[in-house]
Amino acid sequence: MAQAVPAVQKWWNGGKSPFNVEYGKIMMWYFLMSDAFTFGAFLISYGTIRFATNSWPDPNHVFNSFPGLGAGYPLLFVSLMTFILIISSVTMVLAVQAGQDMDRKRVAKYLVFTILGGLAFLSCQAWEWTHLYHEGAWWGHNPFPNHNGSVATTNFSNFFFTITGFHGFHVFSGVIINIIMLIMTLQGKFDQRGHYLMIEKAGLYWHFVDLVWVFVFTCFYLI
Amino acid sequence: MEQHSTTAVYHHEEHGHAGGGTKEVIRITVYLTVITLVELAIGFYMYKAALPEGFFRHFLKGLICALMLWKAFYIVAYFMHLKHEIRNLIMTIVVPLFLFVWFIIAFLADGNSYKNLRNKYDPYHIEQNDKKAPVEHEHGAQKEGTIE
Repeated sequence: MAQAVPAVQKWWNGGKSPFNVEYGKIMMWYFLMSDAFTFGAFLISYGTIRFATNSWPDPNHVFNSFPGLGAGYPLLFVSLMTFILIISSVTMVLAVQAGQDMDRKRVAKYLVFTILGGLAFLSCQAWEWTHLYHEGAWWGHNPFPNHNGSVATTNFSNFFFTITGFHGFHVFSGVIINIIMLIMTLQGKFDQRGHYLMIEKAGLYWHFVDLVWVFVFTCFYLI
Repeated sequence: MEQHSTTAVYHHEEHGHAGGGTKEVIRITVYLTVITLVELAIGFYMYKAALPEGFFRHFLKGLICALMLWKAFYIVAYFMHLKHEIRNLIMTIVVPLFLFVWFIIAFLADGNSYKNLRNKYDPYHIEQNDKKAPVEHEHGAQKEGTIE
């Protein structure tokens, strides 16, 4: 190019990467932003209904069972689920860092841990759903009374199953994505490409799933 | 071919400033764990003390929400690495999310106003609300204290 270098950097004239990230990664960010609005809409509709309802069941009396221990343990099982998801998010960060070091074995190792964490979380959710189903809760059915003893609305179980189900589906698809990443890593695909950017994108998705659980956990079990 | 070389550039640039490494990951994990434990402690206190509806209970719930947002910040900034991205990229993602401020205030206020209107003008609604749960449902409530 014979042109003189302009005094002001023209970032958007082409030939440069103004955000300094790869296309796929920035699109993953924008997808996650849109997904945040989807989850936000679900949670805000839940909040609206709760604000419009005079009385609501106490989550500590509904979610108080632990496999093998029986009932009477509020918050215990959901704490376990929360920590499983946090730890699997940590192993995902370590997999991403290993990818930046181009260390195939370490990437594969941490991906396996992350997948196991995801499967453990899904198993916990499957147990909890089964348990609640046997208690008589399902879409359109709510056996739990309000905290003041009056009849509760079925909205309680409708929102619980819809939102935790939608989140669980995200966890499920995250596990599938991580399994695909693991296969590609083991095949040496990323070494051929010269970078592990796909792991970073899968990582963003996985952290988002953890992020959403922070909100779901707070809105359904704590408040 | 050209695409390949440009993506390789990102990699090398990121390699240079990949954040604080494993130490930072451990630090953030500890923060997340501690905040979660504090949240659980508050939740358990609200249950044990059987706090009545009122200012203090709402205050604690607000506190839990603040801790939730704090955790969300750690996950997005450090685990998702957004803190180390270029400022303009951060803005394109974070600024649209401020719509939630209006979204939350408007919808919750609407729900609250609907509740107040119905309580004021709909006697049938109040009658329905005072209905005690039937015996079979109370049986479900009593079962909670026992071990299966």
